[in-house]
Amino acid sequence: MPIQILMPALSPTMTEGGLAKWLKQEGDVVDSGDVLCEIETDKATMEVEAVDEGVLGKILIAEGTDGVAVNTPIAILLEEGESAGDIVAEAQAEAVSAPPAEAVSVAPPTVTAAVPSPTVTAAVPSPTPAPGERIFASPLAKRLAQQNGLELAQIAGSGPRGRIVKIDVEATIAAGPASPTVMAAPTPASAAPTTTVVPPAPTTSADPIFALMPEFDATPHTGMRKAIAKRLTESARDIPHFNISSDIELDNLLALRKDLNEREGADYKLSVNDFIVKAVALSLKRNPDCNAAFTDAAVLKFQRVDISIAVAIEGGLITPIVKDAGGKGLATISHEIKALAGKARDGKLQPEEYQGGTFTISNLGMFGVKSFNSIINPPQGGIISVGAGEQRAVVKDGALAIATVMSITLAVDHRCIDGAPAAAMMKDLKAILEDPIQLML
Amino acid sequence: MAETNFDVVIIGAGPGGYVTAIRAAQLGMKTCVVEKQHVGGICLNWGCIPTKALLRSAEIYNYMKHAGDYGLSNSNIGFDLQKVVDRSRGVAKQLSGGVSHLLKKNKVTVVDGDAKLNGPGKVSVTKGGKSLAELTGKHIIVATGARPRALPGLEADGKLVWSYFDALVPNTMPKSLLVIGSGAIGIEFASFFNTMGAEVTVVEVMNQVMPVEDEEISKLARKQLEKHGMKIMTSAKVTKLDKAANSVTCTVEDEKGKTHQITVDRVISAVGVVGNIEGIGLETTKIKTDRGCIVTDEFSCTDEPGIYAIGDVAGPPMLAHKAEHEGVICIEKIAGLANVHPMDKGHIPGCTYCHPQVASVGLTETRAKEQGYHVKIGRFPFMGNGKAIALGEAEGLIKTVFDAKTGQLLGAHMVGHEVTELIQGYVVAMGLETTEEELMHTVFPHPTLSEMMHESVLDAYGRVIHM
Repeated sequence: MPIQILMPALSPTMTEGGLAKWLKQEGDVVDSGDVLCEIETDKATMEVEAVDEGVLGKILIAEGTDGVAVNTPIAILLEEGESAGDIVAEAQAEAVSAPPAEAVSVAPPTVTAAVPSPTVTAAVPSPTPAPGERIFASPLAKRLAQQNGLELAQIAGSGPRGRIVKIDVEATIAAGPASPTVMAAPTPASAAPTTTVVPPAPTTSADPIFALMPEFDATPHTGMRKAIAKRLTESARDIPHFNISSDIELDNLLALRKDLNEREGADYKLSVNDFIVKAVALSLKRNPDCNAAFTDAAVLKFQRVDISIAVAIEGGLITPIVKDAGGKGLATISHEIKALAGKARDGKLQPEEYQGGTFTISNLGMFGVKSFNSIINPPQGGIISVGAGEQRAVVKDGALAIATVMSITLAVDHRCIDGAPAAAMMKDLKAILEDPIQLML
Repeated sequence: MAETNFDVVIIGAGPGGYVTAIRAAQLGMKTCVVEKQHVGGICLNWGCIPTKALLRSAEIYNYMKHAGDYGLSNSNIGFDLQKVVDRSRGVAKQLSGGVSHLLKKNKVTVVDGDAKLNGPGKVSVTKGGKSLAELTGKHIIVATGARPRALPGLEADGKLVWSYFDALVPNTMPKSLLVIGSGAIGIEFASFFNTMGAEVTVVEVMNQVMPVEDEEISKLARKQLEKHGMKIMTSAKVTKLDKAANSVTCTVEDEKGKTHQITVDRVISAVGVVGNIEGIGLETTKIKTDRGCIVTDEFSCTDEPGIYAIGDVAGPPMLAHKAEHEGVICIEKIAGLANVHPMDKGHIPGCTYCHPQVASVGLTETRAKEQGYHVKIGRFPFMGNGKAIALGEAEGLIKTVFDAKTGQLLGAHMVGHEVTELIQGYVVAMGLETTEEELMHTVFPHPTLSEMMHESVLDAYGRVIHM
């Protein structure tokens, strides 16, 4: 019997993907292990290998098709002795019954990240359908959404099993448009190394406003760009952010860093950021109320601090994780970050290396910025934005003095972290960074 | 009593109470229901069910009278009122026994006695004035139902002026009858006694019979009822009842203010029902009441934590199926089930079993327009339906009300044979938020009365086939 090749789920959270490219054509002989096609998800472009051998009988989903739901048949593989005539109508019918148009993700992807090309073996029919293959919405809700120019994906469903019903669409309409008509200018990767990304407005380049604007190059969205846009829009819209900022004198830390780095036989080169990672982890350990996530039913307080670090990569950013950062020494943290950042830039991070952090640090100090606010990376409860360390005039004992000062800004989700605990964490963080010998404790 | 501590104590074993008790037991709660009279409540013993049994007798009697229309011959047609009533009582008894069995099967403790709230978490049960048990319940659900409203001067006396209790067990067939009120209860009794040969006059204070129904449907129903010999006065009120030995002279003021003296054998007072909020210890709690009903939120919580109210006592619409659904939602919320949604009271169907039957759900045409909808109206008459003609039931109408802008089905209204069994199709459709498109694409079986439901939708969009 011909074998249906299904759209694989390349990560636990994947609900759909784009069929980027077919590497085998209809009629090509396929050996198990051959790369059949490339699938682009919100996080990565991955190769799909054949499990069975045979001849690629029919391609059901053309390359360049976006939004193909997991488990949608994408091609049919003929085994020995079978011909194209054996491709049963059933397979076609099934493919038709799950057209790409229906196959829009309902669950938000978990992390904005990208992993080019780890090879994934997939392609046999899976007995269990992946959840969230399509958005469930009542006919009336669909029509109301269409009449009001809303994407179902923008609407949270409150009906049975998350089905979108009339009141959800009405609530979305009442909440007003998501953002003004601004198209994010294509920016070089190096200039966008933070989660403070302007969400692309729900508009098209055909909007008449663009005729009045200078000529432009339109860069079609990658999966990562879509994920960044969707998740950060949701975060900025739905999470009640508030900010706490603090100026931190770095002279003691810089002296300690110099001392440690210049030690005989040091096989490490500690950066200021390594100290910040460790200090943030320790202050979160001392303030477990801030190492938290909000869910509908409960506030989750994590028993370990796993720090996500925003790393700029080609086309976006990714957040590799230093697990249990509070329990690791500075040298270990430093080595891990270097290795993770390298893998991130090479696109070799494994999903568990960038998914599941509890708190994020975004550092734009190397660009000389004084301070900035970041958007929380859900479901995390907080993110810290680190500015440049610079010499500033400070008042010490009633007299002006010069100190190396760095401004940091904490953004937290007020649904799970209140002002007092956030301030207490900030106080501890400042104390540790200004008296870094505490890192020994 | 062996056990007095329960997860849930439910006061009243009517349709709301007993269904909630079974659902509670299914959810693993230790459940007790206290019933003072009979399991199944008014619905099963003195309401919905026994009236359906009476109306079935009337329906068959009517068929027998019209046997010739179907090519059948029948002579010596008659009835034995006592046997008609006995059958009705038998049906109620059978079902009440069935509910008792269901409660037992689900291990629900049933206490026979009068329950009274005794402060938060406590229920005192007495029987014949003697203390029977002091129950404690983590959750207490008040499901005490409702009783006939008694208007001053029009109170039922059980002899000449009947409430529905008396009308269900008539010892004589009145030659003439005046029914005060043309809601579901009044019009069903009017229809029964009219079919059985009584001269029936219905007096309704509002400007149409079955005042909650769509105006057009109400008019059609009235025409049919009048064709069957019923006299109907709307915008009229009974101002006085003068009782003689075996008759009552009713003073009725019509819409023009003119008074009429109507002398009848019996009067049925069916001027609505009121919640049973007295004598159940509400004063020992923080529970608030409003116009004879307990005030509750969307999940049936009262102002006293841990005490809930469902069904008629928690306010209109006072319908058994509303009580059941409300109770299930309440107990599922108590059990902490995910995805428990409050009931949408706009989607509760209503059925009246007079001849012809009337059934409806959602907004009437008038209400929809009042709410600012621009509507599309579909109509399909029974006369255009093959099955209806074959049945010899070619009188009736199915009307649909759509929002012209979105295609939302706002309401459906029906009058005619067995429409009470048809309405559910539209209830499901409304619950799933279908638009006219899905209804048009639905295949209705042929030949059935349900095809009219399809045609009515088609008519709303100018696509009707058989008309």
